[in-house]
Amino acid sequence: MFEGLFTALRDEGVPVALDEWLMLHEGLERDLHQSTLSGFYLMSRAVLVKDEAHYDSFDIAFARYFSGIEPAGEAMDDKVWTWLHANPRFLHISEDQRRRLDEMRDQLELDELLEKLKEKLESQEEEHHGGSEHIGTGGTSPFGHSGYHPGGIRIGGQGRWRSAIQTAGERQYRDLRTDHEIGSRDFGVALRRLRQLSTRLDGPATELDVDDTIRQTADHAGQLRLSFRRPRRNTVRVLLMLDIGGSMDDHIMLLDRLFTAMHQASHFRDLQVRFFHNCVYDRVYLHPDMNPRTSESTDHLLAQVDSDYKLVMVGDACMAPTELLAPGGAIDYQHMNEIPGAEWLQSLEDHFRHAAWLNPHPKRWWDTIHGAYTLGIVRQIFPMFELSVDGLDQAVRHLMVRR
Amino acid sequence: MTNASFRGTSDYIASPDLQAAVNVAVSLERPLLVRGEPGTGKTLLAEAVAESLGMRLITWPVKSTTRAQDGLYVYDTVQRLYDSQFGEGDPADVAKYIRLGQLGESFAAPERVVLVIDEVDKADLEFPNDLLWELDRMSFHIPETGETVAAKQRPVVIITSNAEKELPDAFLRRCVFHYIAFPDPAQMEQIVRVHHPEVEEKLLRQAMEGFYLLRELDGLQKRPSTSELVDWVQALAVGGIDPDTIVDELPFMGVVLKKQADLDIARRHMAIRARRAAMQQERG
Ligand SMILES: Nc1ncnc2c1ncn2[C@@H]1O[C@H](COP(=O)(O)OP(=O)(O)OP(=O)(O)O)[C@@H](O)[C@H]1O
Ligand SMILES: [Mg+2]
Repeated sequence: MFEGLFTALRDEGVPVALDEWLMLHEGLERDLHQSTLSGFYLMSRAVLVKDEAHYDSFDIAFARYFSGIEPAGEAMDDKVWTWLHANPRFLHISEDQRRRLDEMRDQLELDELLEKLKEKLESQEEEHHGGSEHIGTGGTSPFGHSGYHPGGIRIGGQGRWRSAIQTAGERQYRDLRTDHEIGSRDFGVALRRLRQLSTRLDGPATELDVDDTIRQTADHAGQLRLSFRRPRRNTVRVLLMLDIGGSMDDHIMLLDRLFTAMHQASHFRDLQVRFFHNCVYDRVYLHPDMNPRTSESTDHLLAQVDSDYKLVMVGDACMAPTELLAPGGAIDYQHMNEIPGAEWLQSLEDHFRHAAWLNPHPKRWWDTIHGAYTLGIVRQIFPMFELSVDGLDQAVRHLMVRR
Repeated sequence: MTNASFRGTSDYIASPDLQAAVNVAVSLERPLLVRGEPGTGKTLLAEAVAESLGMRLITWPVKSTTRAQDGLYVYDTVQRLYDSQFGEGDPADVAKYIRLGQLGESFAAPERVVLVIDEVDKADLEFPNDLLWELDRMSFHIPETGETVAAKQRPVVIITSNAEKELPDAFLRRCVFHYIAFPDPAQMEQIVRVHHPEVEEKLLRQAMEGFYLLRELDGLQKRPSTSELVDWVQALAVGGIDPDTIVDELPFMGVVLKKQADLDIARRHMAIRARRAAMQQERG
């Protein structure tokens, strides 16, 4: 039952495991949805979705499966939703109707569309009572009421909750998605992903485990048995390099705050932050004001930080090709670099065992954006991730892989 | 098994979504995982569920050092060693040194109880995985005594998480999940009234306005939650604050914002607001 919903969820990227699908059917058998569509909406979400970041995708899939109209949040759709809500029996339409509806959507004005929908509903009403496919009463369709269908859903009645489809159509969980560009609203979620930048698991067992020592000693009738465990301290050290002075300042400063907040909670053993403009050359800056007096030579930096620091580069990697490839290409003209930026980037990458580049531009733009050429080259030097919560997550995983 | 019916309590406001999730979990006998910002009533939910279903509540607060084993049973080897050294008690009776943990206790209870595993994400990543088997079977074995503790009635298990860490997929698959969204103003008003039934209408409205204003400030490290508003309303009422001044002056702001950096953001915001208001006045 409801295989279409399963498919729709998968298409939207909501992972559903077999156990979860079975759990849903157990719930249906037990009528935990109380034979209502709203009940089914809430039950299926509770059983199938395990991350609020997927609530929005779930809503899209649910609404699409049950109505054939994808909620887009535009004014027109809002009206359609309201209309559908008032005419709940239209909520299930056949493939054929769906196709025609899609065609109409492009061709007709909203009022006309609603008119057509109404006609469809009326003709359906005349034709399909007692049928098995369309909505009606007394039939075996899973929709409508007074009919019989195992695990069927009653539409209408029970006005206590708003229509599930309408709720789904409102997409109120859009803000919880994690695949959009990071903003200050995502601070908490992003911080959570960042917390995975922590070593609890690797490292040698060097700390005396008192409890276990006592236990082992007791088990061995009082003969001392020492037991050691891995220290709980986070041993991760991070070098964060931020591209400042570009169009991406907001994102960059957000990242700065994010890592600092993480560090304050004493999560890193050390955090070093440096700034650059578009690309790294022979000097990097200690402060975002990029004052040469508080700069340091890149070689000096590399001598200071061990190769076990995790290097996190943040920038859009979009620049003029010369900035990346030519000696003297640095954007700040008073700065004459003898070695091209790309070579500096390569030495950075070579120096560290773990490095990742976070790009504030969404990944889907990377190939076509203005600056795609240099972005492509930088991407060959560094593994690049987009600066969404999901991208951050992947980057962190990448940084934590054991080498 | 009849289908459960939790609707919140006189002290706990539960949204329809949350009610449904609780009822599905209770009926399917699956753990309910609730996630939400701090202060959105996750811990309180367990109390409310226990109260409304008339069951005893067993609380297992998880800390960073908590191991799954602690919830099953502890074998007090130290006491046994002590007894054997000093000839007190009977060290041969191992069972005497076994103490059930919260999970063990909830299995052993003759009646159906509510067990809350509070803040599961505080512990190591392996912690939830280590619990999988016991939560599935609702039983475990104590090798020291050869005894098996099996649930007579599967407890209602509520697991809370602040989302500090991701939880393993295998664990998630077995749970019913609910994310407690931050309450909208209408629901928030209900919640505050539960705590302060006597509060003056105007004070409440102004406090809510001030609260949402603070909460929406950009760049906060810790956005204030329900409990901060509840406390703030109390402070404002006790302090005899004139409701008309609340939104402008945001008195007792430290009750709402707990981090110095956040207070700074709020003060900057107020300064800007004051400057704008002054300019507006000049223009007439
Ligand atoms: N739905 C609610 N009904 C009544 N009171 C609530 C509700 N939600 C939150 N509160 C108030 O907020 C306080 C905090 O709730 P609680 O401790 O359960 O939050 P929590 O989600 O467990 O937070 P934390 O993640 O910090 O442990 C409660 O003591 C209560 O005063
Ligand atoms: Mg709590």
